[in-house]
Amino acid sequence: MKPGSVAIVGAAETTEMGTIPNVSVIGLHADAALNTLADCGLTPGDIDGVATAGESPVAIAHYLGITPTWLDGTSVGGCSFMLHVRHAAAAINEGLCTTVLITHGESGRSRVGAGGRPGGAASLQGQFEGPYGTSGPPSSFTIPVLRYMKECGLTHEQLAMVAVVQREWAAMNPRASFRDPITVEDVLNSRMIAYPFHLLECCLVTDGGGALVLTSADRARDFPRKPVYIIGTGESCETPMVSQMVDFTTSRAFRVSGKKAFDEAGITPADVDHLMVYDAFAHLPIYGLEDLGFCKRGEGAQFIWEGNTRPGGKLPLNTNGGGLSYMHSGMYGMYALQESVRQLRGVAPAQVPGAKISVAQGVGGMFAAAGTVIMSNERP
Amino acid sequence: MAEHRKALPHPTPETQDFWDGAKAGELRLQRCNDCKQAYFPPRPFCPACASRSVASFRATGRGRLYSYVINHRPAPGFEHEAPYAIAVVELDEGPRMMTSMVEVPQTPEALVLDMPVEAVFEPATETISVPKFRPAAGAVR
Repeated sequence: MKPGSVAIVGAAETTEMGTIPNVSVIGLHADAALNTLADCGLTPGDIDGVATAGESPVAIAHYLGITPTWLDGTSVGGCSFMLHVRHAAAAINEGLCTTVLITHGESGRSRVGAGGRPGGAASLQGQFEGPYGTSGPPSSFTIPVLRYMKECGLTHEQLAMVAVVQREWAAMNPRASFRDPITVEDVLNSRMIAYPFHLLECCLVTDGGGALVLTSADRARDFPRKPVYIIGTGESCETPMVSQMVDFTTSRAFRVSGKKAFDEAGITPADVDHLMVYDAFAHLPIYGLEDLGFCKRGEGAQFIWEGNTRPGGKLPLNTNGGGLSYMHSGMYGMYALQESVRQLRGVAPAQVPGAKISVAQGVGGMFAAAGTVIMSNERP
Repeated sequence: MAEHRKALPHPTPETQDFWDGAKAGELRLQRCNDCKQAYFPPRPFCPACASRSVASFRATGRGRLYSYVINHRPAPGFEHEAPYAIAVVELDEGPRMMTSMVEVPQTPEALVLDMPVEAVFEPATETISVPKFRPAAGAVR
């Protein structure tokens, strides 16, 4: 895409966050969508492009009363919304539509109107991973980490520190699920989920949603909020089976997606003021820092340990508290994007002073897919 | 015996040979006749060069423990085994596969990365045996 040609002009989350037992999945999509339309002063009739994951874009368009000329149902896990942003930018530039609504809603905790998990016994995961007792992401997304520990020298204490630092950010966010300070010792003393991962190194399971509205940069200045320009995007994938990652110490999907986005934006990691890395588990920010080029291989954990990503540090990371402390409905990528938008609008609860460039890095599945969106509040 | 409650593979035409091998007590991989790459999971073409000229072969069943977790939240059928390791082994032929480690305590002390392992085949149903791995004979426990 042409850097800065498309902007996010509307962004909002669901009215409530955390445990929402009285709203179904599609209701969460709609609540987020209506809040977002209000945020940018539009109505469903103004929307001509719809993208979503988990739900069908047909269901969302019908539910909200939208007649779209462009649909995107790309559903590759929690980073799907990063891909939607990328695809929407291309579609707007190509003239396929003018105003795109991207929605997310998930009843991860309350399971109201929620569907089942995909992947039958005949899929490759079903044949070659399921029989060994995998029970969801906590016991499979975590499998590469012992290898990373051996090859890169990561310690249990350093892994725990990821959760500690993110709790520091969450403490500044009134909407965060967990806000009480924790220590490395607290993390290591929390219940074992899948060795070497303790409870506090695993994401929350909550209910919520979020939505975005995108349009051309030329129109963006007519909207009430400060536009957030899309200056670089990337996407890629590796394997649906975590056991088949080429290298357990690095995500190829992260590297390919990240490079594409940075090249497109024409910036380097040194230009970035604010970073979101989808943290389903505590190792994700470490992989993200390294695979996006913020740190050399094996140095991401020490970078966090030394305080560089905490409040006041030189690279504020996961400033909403992340999936570990803010919220995680299942497909968290939308919340990473929301926080990037808040930071670039200057309205985040834990605002990074003067933030101009933000990177939101998403993961889908267990290192299966990746999406990268680089945003700026200045049009290049 | 809770075995029948565990998730079982549903072989497809592309993977039937692997599961027939497991039933016969063989670990079968595939190799490209053109670029000679050995690969897993099974498919009727080479993932390295896309050649359709591939063949199944009996692997040594030997490898090393590559990585694992010890899962405390059991999948259905695994309740009496928790906590249990979910492991990845790197086979001597190159490919890696997920597996369970058997005949060894499910502890970080006993499960040392890069320890030599060998395949065993655990009957689950009349048609399915699941390949698992144990510390290789003669290896330091």
